[in-house]
Amino acid sequence: MNTTVTLKKGLFGRLNLRQKTILIICLTSLLLFVIVISSLVLGGESLPTNFGFKNLAPSLEHPFGTDWMGRDMFIRTLEGLGLSIIIGAIASTFSTILAMILGLLSSAGKKTDSFVSWLVDLFLSIPHLLLIILISIGLGGGAFGVIVGVALTHWTSLTRVVRAEIKQLKTQEYVHVSGNLGKSRWWIATKHIFPHLIPQILLGTILMFPHAILHEASVTFLGFGLSPHEPAIGIILSESMKYLSAGYWWLAFFPGLALLIVVLLFDMIGDNLGRLMDPKSAHE
Amino acid sequence: MKHEKLLKFGGHEKLLGFAGKKTFKLISLLIVVCLASFWLIEQSPIDPVRAYIGEMSVTPEKQAQLEEYWGVNSPPQEKFLNWAGNILKGDFGTSLIYRIPVTDVIKEKFTASLILMAASWLISGILGFILGIIAGMKRGTWIDKIIKTYCYTLAATPTFWLALVLLMVFSVYLGWFPIGLSVPIGVTADNVTFLDWLHRLILPAVTLSLLGVAQIAMFTREKLKEVLSSDYVLFAKARGEKGLNLVLRHGVRNVALPAITLQFLGFSELFGGAVLVEQVFSYPGIGQAAVSAGLRSDVPLLLGIVLVSALFVFFGNTMADIIYEFVDPRIKQEEAAS
Repeated sequence: MNTTVTLKKGLFGRLNLRQKTILIICLTSLLLFVIVISSLVLGGESLPTNFGFKNLAPSLEHPFGTDWMGRDMFIRTLEGLGLSIIIGAIASTFSTILAMILGLLSSAGKKTDSFVSWLVDLFLSIPHLLLIILISIGLGGGAFGVIVGVALTHWTSLTRVVRAEIKQLKTQEYVHVSGNLGKSRWWIATKHIFPHLIPQILLGTILMFPHAILHEASVTFLGFGLSPHEPAIGIILSESMKYLSAGYWWLAFFPGLALLIVVLLFDMIGDNLGRLMDPKSAHE
Repeated sequence: MKHEKLLKFGGHEKLLGFAGKKTFKLISLLIVVCLASFWLIEQSPIDPVRAYIGEMSVTPEKQAQLEEYWGVNSPPQEKFLNWAGNILKGDFGTSLIYRIPVTDVIKEKFTASLILMAASWLISGILGFILGIIAGMKRGTWIDKIIKTYCYTLAATPTFWLALVLLMVFSVYLGWFPIGLSVPIGVTADNVTFLDWLHRLILPAVTLSLLGVAQIAMFTREKLKEVLSSDYVLFAKARGEKGLNLVLRHGVRNVALPAITLQFLGFSELFGGAVLVEQVFSYPGIGQAAVSAGLRSDVPLLLGIVLVSALFVFFGNTMADIIYEFVDPRIKQEEAAS
């Protein structure tokens, strides 16, 4: 952790690409932060329903149009995005914790290692979406069901990364030397191995976000996730299907596009952070 | 002569070992999937008797009979053994929604889905491969940038939203394709002509293909980049080969196998995409059946579909393994050398 901080300090302001990368990360994070905050602020009050303004096409006053109850779609979308990001954050965090535990477990011994790979194979054997639906049904649906479903299906790739990283670190010379010098296993784990894992885990969590958000929206769209009262993007889109043949295209178009942009932003943050952390490309 | 025979024998043994290992894995996997999914459904607040009765009015005697049939009052392990035993006999129970045996429902729906998935699998594979080769060849140019942007955007696109947008543009505005319902109103499923059916397949297949392109194109691009910076390509260049010919002779051959392998590994994503696309276009496939089974608490059908989907994904993974172990000439050569 310390190394990355000093690297940032030492090189910031000198290298062009690095500057750009950091700027992109800051701006995208700020945008996502604003979305979450504004949705939290807006979430407190219920949206005004005004039947005089129902099903209006996008205009300056209502940039995303209005729905069948005269609610402003822009505000509904904003609330939905905030909800999506929050759910994605909770699910990704749990997934990361799971991945860390299982990754550490797999490095503990041969038996636990084969158990973990068996578990990974098992979770990859059913299509993700179907598995989330199944877990969500098992837990009785709702936000809780979706969060657990998404958290339980997204740890596999990060577990593999953590497992491979630990395996590689264990063969390093300084770890052997440390062991020969009489340092305890715990000391080696916390001082030598864990610091190397942090950036990988951080990056893995951020790259998990887009998947988690998309899966949550999909499951909610199909009707297994959040309840229809929540302002989720999945709900908005499944509602819009009823009005498709009426030609109210803005009901589906803008909320989906907004979701796409949020997912892209997360991808961008992840890619740029990865570039920053990878020593091979960090000095370009 | 003798050496060849030995090799053949070795190959045979390897094949048997491979098949044995895979079969064992499949059986253990299916057992665990059965157990886990059954347990999940058991945890849920679904009441099979009430789901079966639905809107019908029944006498208490009939209800007691139904409860006995579903084993509501028996302990879960007994229920599971009962269900698992029936499955071993090939009896998946009766679907609550369709009121016909689950195997018949799955057979019909899965065939429809298989055609959809196969079509988009092929299209996305071929298109993605070609785009990846082009991007890799013209690395750094505007064409590469366009393809890269396309892939990044498509990878972030919600499947169901793309389906909705295509439906709005081509069905609602242009009116080229029907909105929803795979069978025209007033025509029974048997009387649908091949063209009618093809007409309804196009949009879902296009949606799935567009999304599938992203991963395979990016992968091919990266692989081609690797190949083009290898020593043998440098040597080929030194010999005077260049341009498309060089890529076709040295690049495509080396990239094709890993790309096909990756495409087989994508069966799980393909199935998930099909579920969403079928729901939007009301295509009567296995995905739509799974969603309605879940929403309307059709437990036997849902469990049956989960098992079939696990088999489907397993088939894809096994195909990838076979390509890796048996088809890849580099691995063959390594074995021959050792």
